Amino acid sequence: MRKKIKKIYLDYSASTPIDKKVLSAMLPYFNNKFGNASSVHGFGQEALKAVDESRQKIAQFFNCSFQEIIFTSGATEANNLAIFGLIKALKRKNSKSKLHVITSSIEHQAVLEPFNALKEQGVEVTILPVKSNGVVDIEEFKRAVKDNTVFVSLMYVNNEVGSVQPICEIGKLIQKINEIRFKKWQKIEKEIRGDKPLMIYFHTDATQAINFFNCDVKHLHVDLLSFSGHKIYGPKGVGALFVKTGVLLDAIQLGGHHENNKRSGTLNVPGIVGLAKAIELFDKKIIEKSNKKIAKLRQLLVEKIIKIIPNTILNTDINQSAPNFAHFSFLRVEGEAILILLDLAGIAVSTGSACASNNLKASSVLLAMGIKEEIAHSSIRFTLGKQTTEAEIKQVIAILPPIIEKLQNMAPQ
Amino acid sequence: MYSKKVINHFKNPHNQGIIKNPDAVGQVGNPVCGDVMRVYLRIKDDIIKNIKFETLGCAAAIAVSSVLTDLVKNKTLTEALKVNNNEIIKELGGLPAQKVHCSALGVEAFKDAINNYQKNKNAQKN
Ligand SMILES: Cc1ncc(COP(=O)(O)O)c(C=O)c1O
Ligand code: FES
Repeated sequence: MRKKIKKIYLDYSASTPIDKKVLSAMLPYFNNKFGNASSVHGFGQEALKAVDESRQKIAQFFNCSFQEIIFTSGATEANNLAIFGLIKALKRKNSKSKLHVITSSIEHQAVLEPFNALKEQGVEVTILPVKSNGVVDIEEFKRAVKDNTVFVSLMYVNNEVGSVQPICEIGKLIQKINEIRFKKWQKIEKEIRGDKPLMIYFHTDATQAINFFNCDVKHLHVDLLSFSGHKIYGPKGVGALFVKTGVLLDAIQLGGHHENNKRSGTLNVPGIVGLAKAIELFDKKIIEKSNKKIAKLRQLLVEKIIKIIPNTILNTDINQSAPNFAHFSFLRVEGEAILILLDLAGIAVSTGSACASNNLKASSVLLAMGIKEEIAHSSIRFTLGKQTTEAEIKQVIAILPPIIEKLQNMAPQ
Repeated sequence: MYSKKVINHFKNPHNQGIIKNPDAVGQVGNPVCGDVMRVYLRIKDDIIKNIKFETLGCAAAIAVSSVLTDLVKNKTLTEALKVNNNEIIKELGGLPAQKVHCSALGVEAFKDAINNYQKNKNAQKN
């Protein structure tokens, strides 16, 4: 009889298994404590209490206040709400001015598609290029800012190659630009200067960063921040948007006026409890230890693969990335073919982002990094997680090279 | 996502490799994804005596290559040219919608080889 192979999961940036503690924190809110958090009776109040406590825990993690957290169905919705909600409010307030917004070429679709839609609505859009390591160039950013720039959205950690963006630096820059705008305006005589000048609001999609990096919103100097439960060992279908007090934001989903009228819809109480529990488990010491372990295992994987497989290209910049990403290109093979052979061998990886799997075009993130199309097609993304072991990485190091060789041998010279 | 048949052909493709001094070679690239297939033919008395392929492509492309070689081998040129994409997809037990275009790779590389063969033959005649 065939021995059943133990499956190895190396696609943690697509989704993570829910932590046992998170799951057990959630369970009561599916049945015993099932109340609607908007209801006035005891059932409702019990649910509301859980939501309030969860909101408090999350606010503490991000070093923001309780009412600055809006629960959503995940990072996609949080990004949509941040982008459309803010622009809608700004347009309402400044119907005359043409607004300018900035993002980068390596954002998740959940940011790029809303930006495309803004463009169609007549908003001026700049999409920043990235350097070859997948990091936005601060100088390029400075050049892109104009007098009518009102919004910037940059992801904290890229979901394909894992590059870390200089959020804190850009956040500080934006703050400076805003101060200058304000001072300029103050100098103008009161009678003629009109309304306060437009400020730049800064949003970051921190979905892939929560597990590894400082997400204190004051440290980052961001006005809005999105994240998702299922990337942080929490449940799917729940996430949140941090919106700094004073930032204008119109609802884009209308209904029963939940979440301070910013996001209508009955609150996903078990999801919210799970999200908070997942966040609560981010004890600094535990995180540091686990991240060190992940970084060490990635190092092992990268070193061995580069050494064993000739002409391997590492697309992840080890010095400027989340420690769990290892994105490779293997010349003269198609990434999808590698993925399927690895899957048959019990190893789960991804070609680029999970969303790209239905799309045969080369990843736009890799192309933005200046990687040639045929090389972009030859890539595989490994993302490690809390449960990844050295034995698993060693198994990959043993299994991957013959797979690449087999496929390379099938390709025309 | 893939049928068992696709996976089997992909894992253990038939007629994979090259023919030394072939009677014809054909090659085609897939404009959608950049994948490439090359076929080598040994032809005698207008019959495909042997066929081998080399493919740089996805699992579907490799499975398609394998099935194509099975379908045309030992057929006359006229019969072999009748093999079409649908037949290949059927033989594979279906392909996911976004992979249907991969089936074109096989037939077109084969047609290219036959084309080259006939051009060559005509050139020799003249
Ligand atoms: C950077 C980034 N943003 C947004 C998302 C979407 O998150 P969600 O699945 O919660 O909608 C993902 C995950 O796919 C992501 O990696
Ligand atoms: S994706 Fe390229 S041939 Fe299938």
